[in-house]
Amino acid sequence: MAEFLQYLVTGVTIGSIYALAALGFAIVYNASHVINFAQGEFIMIGGMATATLTAAGVPLPLAILAGIAGAMLVGVLIAKFAVERARNASVVTLIIITIGASIFLRGLAEVVWGKEFHRLDSFSGNAPLMLGGAVVTTQSLWVLGVTAALILATGLFFNRTMAGKAMLATSHNRLAAQLVGVNVRHVVLAAFALSAALGAMGGAVVAPITYSYTEMGIMLGLKGFAAAALGGLGNGVGAVAGGLIVGIAESLSAGYISSAYKDAVAFVIIVAVLVFMPGGLFGRAGTERV
Amino acid sequence: MFRKRLLCAVMTASAVALGAMSALAQSGQPIKIGSILSVTGPASFLGEPEKKVLELYVDRINKAGGVAGRPIQLTVYDDGGAADKAASFTKRLLESDGVDAILGGTTTAATMAAVPLVERAGVPFISLAGAVVITEPVKTWVFKTPHTDRMAVEKVYGDMKKRGFTRVALLSEDSGFGKSGRDQALTVAKLVGMTVVADETYGAKDADVSAQVTKIRGAEGVQAVLVSGLGQGPAMVTRDYRKLGVSAPLYHLHGVASKEFIRLAGDAAEGVRLPAAGLVVAAQLPDSDPQKKVATEFTKTYEEAFKSEVSTFAGHAYDALMIYTDAVKRAGGTDKAKVRDAIEQTKGYVGTGGVVNMSATDHMGLGLDAFHMVEVKKGDWALVK
Repeated sequence: MAEFLQYLVTGVTIGSIYALAALGFAIVYNASHVINFAQGEFIMIGGMATATLTAAGVPLPLAILAGIAGAMLVGVLIAKFAVERARNASVVTLIIITIGASIFLRGLAEVVWGKEFHRLDSFSGNAPLMLGGAVVTTQSLWVLGVTAALILATGLFFNRTMAGKAMLATSHNRLAAQLVGVNVRHVVLAAFALSAALGAMGGAVVAPITYSYTEMGIMLGLKGFAAAALGGLGNGVGAVAGGLIVGIAESLSAGYISSAYKDAVAFVIIVAVLVFMPGGLFGRAGTERV
Repeated sequence: MFRKRLLCAVMTASAVALGAMSALAQSGQPIKIGSILSVTGPASFLGEPEKKVLELYVDRINKAGGVAGRPIQLTVYDDGGAADKAASFTKRLLESDGVDAILGGTTTAATMAAVPLVERAGVPFISLAGAVVITEPVKTWVFKTPHTDRMAVEKVYGDMKKRGFTRVALLSEDSGFGKSGRDQALTVAKLVGMTVVADETYGAKDADVSAQVTKIRGAEGVQAVLVSGLGQGPAMVTRDYRKLGVSAPLYHLHGVASKEFIRLAGDAAEGVRLPAAGLVVAAQLPDSDPQKKVATEFTKTYEEAFKSEVSTFAGHAYDALMIYTDAVKRAGGTDKAKVRDAIEQTKGYVGTGGVVNMSATDHMGLGLDAFHMVEVKKGDWALVK
């Protein structure tokens, strides 16, 4: 039982980061129908900036804020100079552009921060807590807490604020939103900035667990995309659930089946879900928003 | 008819002249050494010092007049830790750069990807990677400088037995080196009477290995744990291992013998044991050790040039370059077959990894005595007596 709990804790921790990445995918997808493969790079920017700035003596909260600001700037720049300029291109072309942007960002990060791994100490000490036989690190609690807070805040933003509602409106019907006075171009910029902020914050809290390096975003981004697809692309609740499912499936399969197949198990679940429920767990089956 | 004969004569004459010219040019022509290293990626703390050392010593050799009057021209490609890239860079070195020899392959996977290509092309190849598969079975053109993983495993098991442990859990990386280390750990365990009670794996780019460590913690009667991996991955394992409070002593192989490992793992590295070349503990070696002089000098040169601490991987690159240039001198040129034979005849070369005595059946030439058991104490390596 203690073992099961431990697998669960591990799975939920890493799953929350997948959830944040998936949420980023969903937000950008809703606003622009682009699957932004540079989402993992936002995580990397957050993690790297926080690790290197704190190592240089900047207080942790300031370093995190700087990382988020940097990622948001990069997000807006990608939207403005890569996605918007090619707005008449097909969606596939736009997706390829974001892949190009992600490769460019990784290269740039290597020049700025170097190729080595950076260590970031846990936010509040290394002494772990015990929870019914399972070890829970304080950093895991940080990851869970921050993820929950961000998801709540994102939910409030979309349902309670004018800007959020405008973004939702755009995702449902771009033309109609434009007709009632929503500036669709600003919505796309805001979506990129918001998803960048979510990613960077996730990167900062997960950095003490994974170390930060220029390629940390690749796998996290990919799993985030898988989670988003699992939950139904463009669905916020689905993205979060998808992230947790992928994380827990990975951890349980590493524990009970074989660690050699843990990535495979996670992806097999996704394939199975998509075969039987093409719209994802929470998506509307068979519909496509055009 | 006459015309034809004249043409023939002219052609022959010019061919002879050309041949003479090229022979003349040969003496001043650069020796082309190619190198494929993992300067970036998960094995970067191995590949980066290797690159720096090759560049430093090639520069020094050239300033001192080159090898037998010929300067060395070094071409380094970064495979980023990916075997497929290593293969295409090897092709490039062989086909478009036309190199006289290849040093490197930081990782076992990169080396094994390059092996079929160099075997076909017939170019001397000295690998800097650890696994035993590189030189066993012996391949005509392939040599290596680091100790094998089999030797590392033997050394580790020896130390475990001395401490009275017979039940070991394995945690191996899904990299070429990690897998080969796991195979050796399983094979050698049977020979020396160790029982493997758990056998888990992790990915070099995994974000967390808590699940695997939890499984090992729960394995029955586990007395010690051996991690088979290289580069950054094992640092993460070490941290998760301490975090989950596993009490069994932790061992690594020689793929982490760098200060970078201690820096990344932090306090978690305390008490970790691993086999390493004498280089990392040069100052602690007894004066009678043949390695002491070479290791101390190399450490001094490296640390003065780069202002960072020496690692055994830097030493592997140095050894490879020295073995090759020495063979070129003995072979009297860069003729590939002659140089290959000369490398195979290397005897009594004292390098940073130990005393090298190669033969037709041993393309590494190191003995188990060149390996030292070290333990991390207060953030530094300490020789285990």
